[in-house]
Amino acid sequence: MSSTRALYEQVILDHNKNPRNFGVLREPDHTVEGFNPLCGDHFTIYVKLDGDRISEITFEGAGCAISKSSASVMTTVLKGKTVKEAEVIFKDFHHMITSAPDAPVDEEAVGKLRIFSGVREFPVRIKCATLAWHAMNSALHGKDSAISTE
Amino acid sequence: MAIRISDIAAEEALLDVEAIRADFPILDLVRNGNPLVYLDNGATSQTPRCVMDAIEHYYAARNANVHRGVHYLSQAATHDFEEARKKAGRFIGTPLACEVIFTRGTTEAINLVAQSYGRTHVGAGDEVLISYMEHHSNIVPWQMLCEEKGAHLKVIPINDAGELDMDAFERLLNERTKIVAVTHVSNALGTITPIKEIIRIAHSAGVPVLLDGAQAIPHMPINVYELGCDFYAFSAHKMYGPTGMGVLYGKARLLDAMPPWQGGGDMIMSVTFEKTTYNTLPYKFEAGTPNIEGAIALGAAVDYLERLGMNAIAAHEHQLLTYATRALQEVPGLTIIGTAKEKAAVISFVLESAHPHDIGQLLDDAGIAVRAGHHCAQPVMQRFGIPATTRASLALYNTREEIDALVAALHNVNKVFG
Repeated sequence: MSSTRALYEQVILDHNKNPRNFGVLREPDHTVEGFNPLCGDHFTIYVKLDGDRISEITFEGAGCAISKSSASVMTTVLKGKTVKEAEVIFKDFHHMITSAPDAPVDEEAVGKLRIFSGVREFPVRIKCATLAWHAMNSALHGKDSAISTE
Repeated sequence: MAIRISDIAAEEALLDVEAIRADFPILDLVRNGNPLVYLDNGATSQTPRCVMDAIEHYYAARNANVHRGVHYLSQAATHDFEEARKKAGRFIGTPLACEVIFTRGTTEAINLVAQSYGRTHVGAGDEVLISYMEHHSNIVPWQMLCEEKGAHLKVIPINDAGELDMDAFERLLNERTKIVAVTHVSNALGTITPIKEIIRIAHSAGVPVLLDGAQAIPHMPINVYELGCDFYAFSAHKMYGPTGMGVLYGKARLLDAMPPWQGGGDMIMSVTFEKTTYNTLPYKFEAGTPNIEGAIALGAAVDYLERLGMNAIAAHEHQLLTYATRALQEVPGLTIIGTAKEKAAVISFVLESAHPHDIGQLLDDAGIAVRAGHHCAQPVMQRFGIPATTRASLALYNTREEIDALVAALHNVNKVFG
């Protein structure tokens, strides 16, 4: 299998085609826009908190298959987690995606986010995979503004 | 009378593409078991062996600084360097070497005009007129000038086909307009702008015209005297020459009256701490040791293109464009962005099933090189309400078989993402 086909894992293609938690959230506690000016990817992340727990998280916008599916999978992973847990997951995900392409993946830490490990072969696509995550991280820390990859 | 690509295409002059491909060593590359299909010529074109040989010959037998030494090598290098200037001039139709300024590329050529001509002719409240489909390099230098001078940047709109709105152009042109700077061929859409008409109208209002010829120069014969343009900028690396090399053509009368842009060696006649006398054209605008091998290689690229014939190249590419346009339209969900009547061999498109980045990635997997993105022309993307396109830009060595490979790979994209 070529590394390109590994990049476009079946699950990634599925989330790209049928994104989960896709749409505007009413009365969110936090809203952050994420931009990648280089390729025009543009997503908005909406978060609703119940105490320190993420009770609702949705996204909307447009971008490539990697950025869109990453946003979609992220919402499914983070829903119901505490802010602290989300931070840890983000850290583990970020660590995996910026590691060397042949570095072992800590499957226990990243769980189903493992499907994005193929992105490591394509450095220009790392920003695609992390765009929604950076926006989410800003949202959880109350920085309700736009973030940019550049 | 303006030459129309579609008229040239009616001629029978065709290229021996099989033989031409053998001139380009890189075309033998194999990617993932597939032969390289290079369709990113709008970004940079590939280099024929004769251009590489010219660079090697310069370093093996001529290497010396130009315009300085009394020794043999310096004189030989100067000779080849100045011959290259004459060739570049001849290629665009000027017999005057003093009208050919060597630059780093189109971008530097436009910046030169903006900084030298612009700063002496554009003042507060004046206007610079560009079009909606300019490359960033024909937007930002003018924006910087306008900001500095308190002048205004005005933009000629385009229609849904990607053609200039000429009525709007005439309305926008007024006594405050100090220069019109437009592209000859749009890098993002392929549109050939009606430059004859633009120049006629601008000149009747007494306004000079700069043409960004970066995307036109490899595709069609250019004659700046026939066109009557005041400035013409182009890059060597989009016409089978090296990177870091370009030309600014300017009318001698205008260049002569312009102040120097950068100061340094070569651009002076004499220097004292009290006063410097500047050199004559074209050296006044060429401070410092130039890109000697780049100029010589550009000359070799001109020789190569003249040997093939620009009419034959234009005819071949136009036939390929027609073939590709038809073939691509059969791919389900594909929409071509930029459908001007007069087009060079550049095809931008979007596909319903996939984002340009994903298309570019899958095509790369099949050995096909295209450009995915905004093509340094974000206003064009905004005009069409899209973030990016995939662009196939063709060259003299491309074939129908390569277009077929592109189409097959796009069907596969639909299969993967559909």
